[in-house]
Amino acid sequence: MLPDPRLADLPLVVALLALALWLIATRHDRSAIIGFTAYGLIVAIVWVRLGALDVALTEAALGGIMGLLLLMAAARLGDAPDGPPPTWPLRVLVGLLCGAVTAGLAVLVLTLPEPAPNLVAAVAEQQSATALKNPVAAVLVAFRAVDTLLESAVLALAVIGLWSVGADAAWGERPRALDSDAPDPALVLLARLLPPVGLVVGVHLFWTGADHPGGPFQAGALLAAMVALVWLARLGAPPPVRSRLTRVGLMLGPLVFLLIGLAGVVAADAYLAYPEALTKPLILLIEAAKTLSVAVALALLVAGPPALPRARP
Amino acid sequence: MIWADVFTVVLVTAGALFFFAGWVGLMRFPDSLSRLHALSKADNLGLGLVVVGLLAQASWPYGVLKLIALWLLVILVGGATGQMLAGALHAAGPTPEPDRRGDAARDAGGTR
Repeated sequence: MLPDPRLADLPLVVALLALALWLIATRHDRSAIIGFTAYGLIVAIVWVRLGALDVALTEAALGGIMGLLLLMAAARLGDAPDGPPPTWPLRVLVGLLCGAVTAGLAVLVLTLPEPAPNLVAAVAEQQSATALKNPVAAVLVAFRAVDTLLESAVLALAVIGLWSVGADAAWGERPRALDSDAPDPALVLLARLLPPVGLVVGVHLFWTGADHPGGPFQAGALLAAMVALVWLARLGAPPPVRSRLTRVGLMLGPLVFLLIGLAGVVAADAYLAYPEALTKPLILLIEAAKTLSVAVALALLVAGPPALPRARP
Repeated sequence: MIWADVFTVVLVTAGALFFFAGWVGLMRFPDSLSRLHALSKADNLGLGLVVVGLLAQASWPYGVLKLIALWLLVILVGGATGQMLAGALHAAGPTPEPDRRGDAARDAGGTR
């Protein structure tokens, strides 16, 4: 008799728990970040095993970019000096609070109603109205459109926040966090060969998102990674923050979404509702604009705040 | 059909062995360049064997072509990052690692 197929997931669970414990125990920022990125990849495989391919793609794509951002931040901050060890009452208090949070989560998970309440039936019933075959896409762009609109606006706000920490004198200049004096020849080769492939896969992820796992966030993250690779290899440079084209690209996604949503008040019967005949084309337009804006926003986040050119020695 | 399955099991197992050897090398080799060597061997050969093994199960033509494309991409990225890491190590100069080297030498003598 074959063993229970769920046993195949056991190494995954063990690796996840071991890595999580190690992440908390390690004392070095850089090792913790590399561990965290690896942890994200294992979580992505777990999502695949659970059948949530959309979430897995997002976790893998955005997790990689997050890891890069954290590494750059850690490199900038340097290792924090070791302060005096915390006092005993403080340690006990932290331990008690952590224990309370864990216990609270455990109680919540263990007392979930059986079967868990879900909206799968409701989504399946209404999905045909959106002309989308991927239920995740239908939820994101039609049933919960407000959440998705706010999500794409948040990325633009993050870029504005990043830009505002640049020095006053550097305003209008281009970001220089990725600049290096002489990029490695292997990196330059990679930056020449990989982006064409990444571009095709990114556009495919966007296009297939209507009917299969994929969508603007995953596609945008992939495109942003390709752009960052080109910038790292100095085959191109990030645009100056005064560039109007960049700003339009950053805001196009939320703007198109907002305008079509407002038009819905007149053309359909509610804010963020789509007229029946135009549902599919409008959703495609929104998703295309959002893919572009997500890519621009993530690439700009990696590029860093505007900075003055470094003085040549 | 059964022969295709046997083919897959044999090749994927061989690939897994390469990954295991790469992991052992990563853990036990004395210096960074040797560890890098172990890792890239595992990536190229291990993944290659796994991909060839899975080709027998993949659908023609898209499944097969996707698997091969995946393999080529990993070889490209793995090779480039390996070169970059090695270049950075070379630029940083040789670093003495007496404690690890001592450990590895003793273990290599003891476990063989």
